Amino acid sequence: MWMFLGSDCMLFGALITTYQVYKGKSASGPTPHEIFDIPFTSVSTFVLLMSSLAMVLALAEIQRGNMRGMRVWLTATAALGMVFLSGQFYEFTSFVNEGLTISTNLYGSSFYTLTGFHGTHVSIGVLWLLAIVAMSLRGKITPASALSVEIAGLYWHFVDVVWIVIFTVVYLIQ
Amino acid sequence: MAAITHPGAATPAVEPAVHAHPRSYPGLLSWIATVDHKRIGLLYGISAFVLFIIGGLEALIIRLQLAVPLNHVIEPDVYNQLFTMHGTTMIFLFVMPMSVAFFNYIVPLQIGARDVAFPRLNAFSYWVFLFGALLLNLSFLFNSAPDTGWYGYANLTEKPYAVGQRVDFWLLGLQVLGVASLAGAFNFLVTIVNMRCPGMSLMRMPLFTWNTLVTSILLVLAFPVITVALILLMFDRFFGTNFYVTSHNGDPLLWQHLFWMFGHPEVYILILPAMGIISEVLPVAARKPIFGYPFVVYATCGIAFLGFGVWSHHMFTVGMGPVATAFFATATMLIAIPTGVKIFNWIGTLWGGSIRFTLPFLFAIGFVSMFIIGGLSGVMHASPPVDSQHNDTYFVIAHFHYVLFGGSVFGIFAGLYYWFPKFSGRMLGETLGKIHFWLMLIGFNLTFFPQHFLGVDGMARRTWTYGPEQGFSGWFGNPALGWNLVSTIGAYIMAISILTFIINVVVVLRQPKTAPADPWDGATLEWAIPSPPHAYNFGSQTVVYGRDPLWMEKYTTQGIAEHGSWMPRGTIGVAEAEIEAHADGRDPGAHIHMPGQSFFPFITAAGLALMAVGMVSDWSKLADTQFSVLTFMGIAWILIGIFGWTQEPV
Repeated sequence: MWMFLGSDCMLFGALITTYQVYKGKSASGPTPHEIFDIPFTSVSTFVLLMSSLAMVLALAEIQRGNMRGMRVWLTATAALGMVFLSGQFYEFTSFVNEGLTISTNLYGSSFYTLTGFHGTHVSIGVLWLLAIVAMSLRGKITPASALSVEIAGLYWHFVDVVWIVIFTVVYLIQ
Repeated sequence: MAAITHPGAATPAVEPAVHAHPRSYPGLLSWIATVDHKRIGLLYGISAFVLFIIGGLEALIIRLQLAVPLNHVIEPDVYNQLFTMHGTTMIFLFVMPMSVAFFNYIVPLQIGARDVAFPRLNAFSYWVFLFGALLLNLSFLFNSAPDTGWYGYANLTEKPYAVGQRVDFWLLGLQVLGVASLAGAFNFLVTIVNMRCPGMSLMRMPLFTWNTLVTSILLVLAFPVITVALILLMFDRFFGTNFYVTSHNGDPLLWQHLFWMFGHPEVYILILPAMGIISEVLPVAARKPIFGYPFVVYATCGIAFLGFGVWSHHMFTVGMGPVATAFFATATMLIAIPTGVKIFNWIGTLWGGSIRFTLPFLFAIGFVSMFIIGGLSGVMHASPPVDSQHNDTYFVIAHFHYVLFGGSVFGIFAGLYYWFPKFSGRMLGETLGKIHFWLMLIGFNLTFFPQHFLGVDGMARRTWTYGPEQGFSGWFGNPALGWNLVSTIGAYIMAISILTFIINVVVVLRQPKTAPADPWDGATLEWAIPSPPHAYNFGSQTVVYGRDPLWMEKYTTQGIAEHGSWMPRGTIGVAEAEIEAHADGRDPGAHIHMPGQSFFPFITAAGLALMAVGMVSDWSKLADTQFSVLTFMGIAWILIGIFGWTQEPV
């Protein structure tokens, strides 16, 4: 998983670099300054951060052998992830309504590509976590499989860290 | 203290099998469901070789077209498709998968393991590669083979300028192949880090395994960058973004930076496996351990690390400005240092050795000499002013063919001759092998050395033909005679040499399996087991106490004392003898649990292929999306495959 995350770092690195390279170069169309709703996105970011906390608690539960506790916190993690994703969805639709689509200008293109890839990573993570919950309900996950939950946790924390970088670089530093 | 001990060799009464009988299918199905690294290695090797022939045929047609001025063997449009596919095929569909074939077969054997860390992921990598290769070559059937060069520069690849769907086939084929490469790289990284036998620290690993490790790290870090480059191109072509379109302030140079940020580590990915093979073959042929093992390791790591800092030497002529240009020139010249260190280590290995001129050794010497020539021409255009002369001429083609063919391909053949007995149980014929070597060496040099001259004379790359007045031909007053004709003749000599190799293989495969376990007096663990190995590789856990463990076992006094006699060449290992000796007549490996066969890697790979086909297909496009319904069927199929994969009992 660490190797995979290293690889994924390069992927997001290239996407973030593309965004940075094209910052301020859009020929026309809305600019970040006009579009972003920083308070809303901050709440979204906080939700994702809390999901990482829930993930940590889920891992602690399975390491203590408490399978029910693990399921509760994994579901909480997934739920918070889904809240984040709904926030993204709402944000994107409102941007589109304000005239920023993926093909409007360089800002739109690089922004949606970057955050779209991130959102896809979050969605895959949510599915993964729910799959673990489902397998646990069928008895396939035991305290002995704590490692597989830890690995899912690594992925989830990575996705969260990437969002923090995106939030800082794209939203906050304009 | 012996070099190799076999703890648990004194096995008590045989236990009944505690695992259910593993899944196993007959005949062809067993090949589709295989998860055995040796079988997957063979599949990769055979597929890669077939694609080598296809890429070679593409080259032969190119050379025929260029043999004389104003030739018209093929149309210019076909010519563009041929050189694009020749490059793409040779790099992505031959050298890389052939290297992976060796990684697959040899690395678990060298580290004393029974398989890789993720056997089903290994099979998945192969099937995804095969489907990617088929997708790319399928394009020929639709007159849609890519024609924009193997590096697809923007914005020639954008919709208004590129013909039809050629670029779509190219970018989807590469994305699919990228998945295969990444999956394989993760597998080998985890295998090498975690599954080495006791006593094999990193600095005691065979050098081929070291090179596999470093290549895998390069793959893992470089491929995501081309993935992004291709995604941006795909979004430009499908979703109306303008990442590379100048009219909307997009920058074609972004493509070049992203592509070469992948592209330069890629060329090290292409050469390091071959260097690993050479580091195995030369010590065994010289009967002397590699000279300066730690330096070879550090140099390899140095090459990989520095390789990420030189990418813009492919862009010296685009106008990056003096600072950037100077930086990349310096970094590029620096990278010659660790490469040179390795060459000196190889020379030092041979110096004072007792050399046997075996066939693998011939090809290894071919590698070293040809690679040096390629390296020298490379270092010439590391200088930007010189590169402004060389860029986009045949001089660059000469350079990279010397390092890629003279380097990687000679290295691959060295590995094929060296390990052929291990995986087939037969030795390749000496006479045919020598004919192959000399014809290939002569043909190769006839083909590419003159291209240095053509390059500095100004002959441009990627051009369908040339005029008789341009100075590239016209010897003795005859406009047809010139270096291009020599080069074409050389290419056909190379083709004959490859034919010789194929004949050698076909003839030898009809003979019985008489090769000994250790025909070359090898130093590493793969030579301690039968040729070909049992499905389970090693009978019991091996422990090593130093580098070149098999030499330690055979030739040190401790090794001899441990086993009571000097192990003659060809004797199977002690643990094997004990496994064979179980008197109850059962299959000796019956109590060894090996991973069961599985169809899910194939199924999931097929889903990925269907998704990619859907994205180039016009058939039944789903409203509101750009894509055929096949794309979504493919995605669903992948999810089903993954679900089955995770739920399957192991």
